[in-house]
Amino acid sequence: MSSRRSRSRQSGGGSRITDDQINDLVSKLQQLLPELRERPSDKVSASKVLQETCNYIRNLHREVDDLSERLSELLANTDSSSAQAAIIRSLLM
Amino acid sequence: MASPLILNPETNTERSRESKKKRKKKPSNPSQNQNQNQTRWRSPAEQQNYSSKLIEALRQVRRNPSPSPLGTVASSSSSSSSSTTSDSPCPAESSIPRGGRAVREAADRALAVAAKGRTRWSRAILTNRLKLKFKKRKQRLPISDNCRSKRRREISILALKKDKKLPTVQRKVRVLGSLVPGCRKLPFPDLLEEATDYIAALEMQVRAMTTLTQLLSVAGGSPPSSGPSTLDRLGSTQS
Repeated sequence: MSSRRSRSRQSGGGSRITDDQINDLVSKLQQLLPELRERPSDKVSASKVLQETCNYIRNLHREVDDLSERLSELLANTDSSSAQAAIIRSLLM
Repeated sequence: MASPLILNPETNTERSRESKKKRKKKPSNPSQNQNQNQTRWRSPAEQQNYSSKLIEALRQVRRNPSPSPLGTVASSSSSSSSSTTSDSPCPAESSIPRGGRAVREAADRALAVAAKGRTRWSRAILTNRLKLKFKKRKQRLPISDNCRSKRRREISILALKKDKKLPTVQRKVRVLGSLVPGCRKLPFPDLLEEATDYIAALEMQVRAMTTLTQLLSVAGGSPPSSGPSTLDRLGSTQS
């Protein structure tokens, strides 16, 4: 891939980055992605892995945002009662 | 059986921390490092560690509803002083994150602390929060806008020069770099390593927050008799 070669030339500087190293990292990234885990790694291109990685990170961010919205509502609601405060305190123990 | 799970989180994390230190001191292949990272974020000890930090951060968020949440690094004395006075100690121009945003920032900070500063994104999260605390928000916004527009201009100029070879993998690499905090100018292999660790950490964060949400919603509905079973769930959720 010409883009990959140009990239390695750009970042040549201190550490030489081999194509094998990049392939290795990309395949490891692929193992993390839930959608691409089953597919054989030679059939998935690097750009697809990168695209799926970006999508996955965005999804995770969105989930964290939703969860924090719900948590903030729950925390606001549990301010009044003492039973929930006791539970939270016991969780900390 | 619930008590050993909760009473021994410190010893569990200490033991796992020691074993992790021993493992890391040996000459490590990159593959070993990756496996360690993946198993590290999936171990129940790590999740317990993160959950306790998250709960502590959330309690501080609850104690200070109006000003921005003080991090775990900040002393508790400042939090108590701000809770007595209703006015926020921060200057008026600084943005006061509302409920959901405050929880998100507290969770990110707890996650970064749990990473123990070994990764670049965790350090970037912690330094970003500190910068926002001490600088005014208005000063930061114009600077970030300039950076973003400059980068877009650079990307389009490069695309014209290289006959549109840039927008394929390079563009996605840049998008990935903007998603992972603190990794915009990182060389490609380092960026991939940071991304793998960041994804594993985010997954753990989602798992822990989901469990916590379930706990709190269950606690809101039923009396605390359901406490012990939910404590089990907090410690031993799916790895």
